[in-house]
Amino acid sequence: MTTTLWIILAGAVATYLTRIGGHLVISRFESIHPRVEAGLNAVPAAVLTTLVAPALLDAGPAEWAAILVAGLVALRGGLMSMFLAGAAVLVFARQFLA
Amino acid sequence: MSSSAIVDRSSQSEFWDGARLSIPVIVASGPFALLFGALAVGNGFSVFEAFLMSAAIFGGASQMVGIELFGQQVAPWLIVLSIFAVNFRHVLYSAAIGRHLAHWTRARQAIAYFILTDPQYAIAESKVESGRKVSFIFYMGAAAPVYVLWISLSAVGAYLGLMIPDTHALGIDFLLPIYFFGLVMGFRKRPLWLPVVAASAAASIVAYKVVGSPWHVSIGALAGVLFAALMPLSGKEKQQP
Repeated sequence: MTTTLWIILAGAVATYLTRIGGHLVISRFESIHPRVEAGLNAVPAAVLTTLVAPALLDAGPAEWAAILVAGLVALRGGLMSMFLAGAAVLVFARQFLA
Repeated sequence: MSSSAIVDRSSQSEFWDGARLSIPVIVASGPFALLFGALAVGNGFSVFEAFLMSAAIFGGASQMVGIELFGQQVAPWLIVLSIFAVNFRHVLYSAAIGRHLAHWTRARQAIAYFILTDPQYAIAESKVESGRKVSFIFYMGAAAPVYVLWISLSAVGAYLGLMIPDTHALGIDFLLPIYFFGLVMGFRKRPLWLPVVAASAAASIVAYKVVGSPWHVSIGALAGVLFAALMPLSGKEKQQP
């Protein structure tokens, strides 16, 4: 088996554990400690931020403009509209700034 | 076993009740399945591998994280750990919805947890909130169309990705950071969102410069999570699904 297949299968097992694990483990506790809950609440934003911040640092004006516009659109619109707005600015700006 | 004989609805209409609720989910997630397929191929996946990842993991954000790190040549175990971290929120859904599925057979519960995505949780939870039982047929009606579309469109996207000539001009290499940023923005109503994002951003940038590429993900994430856990509690911590 290739490395890619191993990554996919192990990722699938890890994902399934999160989906069944709450029922099997967390639901046995009377309550979750508020600090644990606060930490868990922060997990997705914390992980995803690490995939944006360094990428922005290494990027240029075209990427910065795209993120700025996408962020503004995200304040009002949904994920798809912010994504399309950011992608449009990126493609447009790269014609001139890349 | 579902004893739908008691209720006057047939199991067929239960299924369509669920399927009706899956339509907005399909409209919202379909484009991202296409995008995932195209980007997966751009990051070195084959069409089959993109399809398999969608079929086996069935979690959009974590799949995007997986292919992004794969493209960066990050160590396999760290990719798996990052997929686990992004999907960890499901633990809360699973704990919350579990008792409402407990009357099903074990096999049916095992299947249900495999497809417990964010929208699936929301659909099941709102069914509970309306005071009615969540039947297996209804649950599958809501999930099956999304699953079929998700894996098919991933494969279609991967095929389309093979045909994209100049990926840089189309901005393919920076689409994932924009997408991830959109997800980050989507969490902005959560408690401590801005300080958590700031802590993770700062820590990941420092780690990226000092320690090097794969580690900025774990170090940055850990910084944000620890920050949130150690902050004074506001007393009205609300958990949002």
